[in-house]
Amino acid sequence: MEKKTKAVLAVVSLLATGSLLANFVVLSANATSVKRSPFAGKTITIAYQQFGGGHQTQIWLSSVRGQFQKIYPGSKIVLEPINASENEYYTKLDLMNQSAKTAPDIMVEDTFLVNSDASAGYLMPMNKFVNSWPAWKRDFYPAMQKAAESTNGTVYGVPFNTDTRGLWYDKPLFKKVGLPVPWQPHSWANILQAARTIKAKAPGVTPLWFYSGKPMGEASTMQGFEMLLYGTHNTLFDSKTKRWVVSSPGFLNSLNFVKTIFTQNLAEPLQNALTPESSTIATQQLMPKQKVGILLDGVWEYSNWLPTGPAPWPKWNSVYGVAKMPDQNGDGYTSMSGGWTLSISSKTKNAQMAWDFIKLACNKNNMLHIDLMDANVTPRKDVAAMPAYKSAGHGILSRFASFNAFTHFRPAFAQYPSISNDIQNAMENVMTGSVSPAQAMQQYAQQVTNYVGKAHVTSVK
Amino acid sequence: MATAIPIQTSSLSQRKSKRPLWRALLFLAPAVIVMMIFYFGPVLWTFYISFTNVALTGPTATHYQFTGLRNFQLMFGSGSFWQAVLISLWYFIGSALIGQTVLGLLLALLMQRANPVVRAAVGAVVIAAWVIPEIVKAFTWFAFLSQNGTLNTVLQSMGIANPPAWLFTQPLLAVIIANTWAGTAFSMMVYSAALSSVPNELIEAAKMDGATFWQVLFRIVLPVIKNSIMTNTILITLQTLGDFTLIYAMTGGGPGTQTSVLPVFMYQQAFSFYQLGYGSAISLILLLMGIIASLLYIRLLNVDL
Repeated sequence: MEKKTKAVLAVVSLLATGSLLANFVVLSANATSVKRSPFAGKTITIAYQQFGGGHQTQIWLSSVRGQFQKIYPGSKIVLEPINASENEYYTKLDLMNQSAKTAPDIMVEDTFLVNSDASAGYLMPMNKFVNSWPAWKRDFYPAMQKAAESTNGTVYGVPFNTDTRGLWYDKPLFKKVGLPVPWQPHSWANILQAARTIKAKAPGVTPLWFYSGKPMGEASTMQGFEMLLYGTHNTLFDSKTKRWVVSSPGFLNSLNFVKTIFTQNLAEPLQNALTPESSTIATQQLMPKQKVGILLDGVWEYSNWLPTGPAPWPKWNSVYGVAKMPDQNGDGYTSMSGGWTLSISSKTKNAQMAWDFIKLACNKNNMLHIDLMDANVTPRKDVAAMPAYKSAGHGILSRFASFNAFTHFRPAFAQYPSISNDIQNAMENVMTGSVSPAQAMQQYAQQVTNYVGKAHVTSVK
Repeated sequence: MATAIPIQTSSLSQRKSKRPLWRALLFLAPAVIVMMIFYFGPVLWTFYISFTNVALTGPTATHYQFTGLRNFQLMFGSGSFWQAVLISLWYFIGSALIGQTVLGLLLALLMQRANPVVRAAVGAVVIAAWVIPEIVKAFTWFAFLSQNGTLNTVLQSMGIANPPAWLFTQPLLAVIIANTWAGTAFSMMVYSAALSSVPNELIEAAKMDGATFWQVLFRIVLPVIKNSIMTNTILITLQTLGDFTLIYAMTGGGPGTQTSVLPVFMYQQAFSFYQLGYGSAISLILLLMGIIASLLYIRLLNVDL
């Protein structure tokens, strides 16, 4: 027995050594062919945000890395996830970009920072790259191309996702209280009327969940305030005169809307509004219990309820419908968009390799991959037309993609984050009733004027 | 540390042999150079950029200018800044003056009279709170006070249906309690050490003369330990003035700006709104406040006690 075992062992070890040797020969043969690939021995790093449970960006980028290394053997791509919440990600990225030693070659960049990061000299102009790429002119929505451009038309990134916002509403609840299904309000008055009906006939349900105040940060400004303001035909920034609009009838009306819904208990109670958990409470706790009538929020919300999401809820599609956000007085619809781009650092030593990687990551199939995983609106027309995209989220993704027709972008300037904070302050002061909307607007005007200087502000009467 | 070394070296050299001073300096030089680079370097840099408009992003990230006192003008003209000063003041009065100093002294006094078992038990509990890392303290308190936290679970089991969301309704009080909890041990240890150095004969003599407990405390004990009180109060003040982790992790400075003490306000300006220069100017004011407070204590305690 023992002898037999020894013999078997000997054969096995011989075979193992043999196969190892064979591997080695194959590897060294590969190594010689590697030298011929243009990016052999070159390394690029890619920085992106990773926070909480979601690893979508990582999955997408690793898959592209595999494809890239197959095409260009010997090239090295280092993924550099930054574990931080969104605001802290920007901070970290900007700190990294200050030195050539720490700057990543490719970065996942928020479109609203493109302008200010470009003017800081962190980003490389990409016009010559995108102009030589047929897909850019043919397949990308023009509005999405604009999102990655600076004010003078220089391209600083390829957008790989975007988003739009609208009204999620509970269909069974609407039927129960006698509101029409499908529902499409045409003015703010329509929304208020629906909320009042829900409040009267369905006690215990939050009629209209609306992000407001400082704890929810940028969500309050973008999903909340700006969804109102841009439906009044006033804006935050006058692009003709290049000045910040610090007071306007639209601004005042928007604050009045906030005051109405919070003081008349048409929105969520203050303690659910003034917490950073507001979105989690709404989408993961109360909506699956059908305790929210209407939610003004982005396309991505249904990813909460997918089997892979934090609050799986198979029935969501038969419960929630989506309506367009109307302008104030019924002359159209509005939405806000953000999104992310892949950008190249101005300090990179391997610009061509970085560009080839971006081109691969943003081709039709790879972009479909990330946009479906992330529940995002795609910036590519050809992806939007694919059957897999059209049927995603029971058609919800396509529905939100159609809001691209009337969407707006935030003013992408370095002052924006601080101005956004002042807007959240104004909202919070109004919703808690500590000042009137007119006073809040006056305080906002004062703050912004202090900050950007008198020469850069204007008022609309 | 750095001051202890030269004293030791010089006393040694006096005792043993007459070694020249330059040799001592030579041995100290590496430490001093490292200190200069890593300690004074950033301080000087912060001082410099607080007079510029340098930002993390935007055109002034790379091409920034010297703007003189503009940051300070902006700061003193801003309501948010004064609000942050006021919140810092409340936080300091609540958690440093009332919380840590008074509670620490009280605990130290009680511990003196307690039996050894009680003393050991209380000591262990209080010091346990002190040795826990700041961020763990913050999360412990967050878990305790949040809406579905331990405290509310206990309250609900006692029949209170809708206990308040403490971090929302009483945010400032919540962080004051947390900081008191975290820092009392330090005061207690300082005072315990100081109290044990008060000569017993002095107290006995006073008692013989008919002094009450309070007279002994205010006329004898406190004057004797006034140096410890001063050191302790300065240390607590500086720690509380610069407290960031505990508050930021518990409330993020909110809700609204209700717990935006100066360090949180500074962080937001520098890293959320990218205004590095402005943030540095705020930090300079914070430094100045620490210095003024320390000088004030030294003066007050010399004059009054």
